[in-house]
Amino acid sequence: MSPHLSAYRFRITSTLSILHRMTGVALSAGTLLFAIWLISVASGAESYSSFASFIGSWLGAVIIAGFAFAFFYHLSNGIRHLFWDAGKGFEIEQAQASGWTVVAVSAIATVLTLLSIWV
Amino acid sequence: MSLKSPIGRVLGLGSAKEGTEHWWHQRLTAVAMVPLTLWFVVSMIRLPDYGFATMQAFVAAPVNAVLLLLLSGTLLFHSALGTQVVIEDYLHGGSKLVTLVATRFAYVALAVATSFAILKNSLGS
Repeated sequence: MSPHLSAYRFRITSTLSILHRMTGVALSAGTLLFAIWLISVASGAESYSSFASFIGSWLGAVIIAGFAFAFFYHLSNGIRHLFWDAGKGFEIEQAQASGWTVVAVSAIATVLTLLSIWV
Repeated sequence: MSLKSPIGRVLGLGSAKEGTEHWWHQRLTAVAMVPLTLWFVVSMIRLPDYGFATMQAFVAAPVNAVLLLLLSGTLLFHSALGTQVVIEDYLHGGSKLVTLVATRFAYVALAVATSFAILKNSLGS
């Protein structure tokens, strides 16, 4: 059916499946930021301050917010995957319920984290 | 239709052992990162400010430095395994091989660079 993916009806399970891959790719790009953070701290006050001013900008805030959601989503959906690996939660109703739980948990954790950093 | 026998076609392609190894390492690093990443996020939230002195003291503290080394190694390994699967799914032929090799090199370089930065910060410039 590829590339006509819009032919499929919305399903929480398939949507969350592709979101797991998308957040994984985004977080992989984020490892670069993690590395730059550590290298800038090790390189002294001047290089750290240019990193900090980028993170402090509005673009930095958007990136931090995006990473916070990507992280909490990938973490909670990853735990959902580990339960599947153990052979649990494969019934359709269970997979849908755990899917909505992952959405709720990652949304709440993201909001709480951003509030505690910025407010 | 090829004259090659079925056994001739699969010989030399390698055993399936590597696939299990990839899957297993992805799960091992995933489990390890549950506490490591949560420690990192909570630590960042609990820092009084994000100035240079606070950051440097945080990264330099022995326990934090060890945990950061563990996190950075596990994170980059997990990310490399995941990125490999994405590349294998969407790229084919020569570009697939080149991208696989290039990203693997980049991940090793990134792991060495972050480890060096953590150690340099703890053990003095």
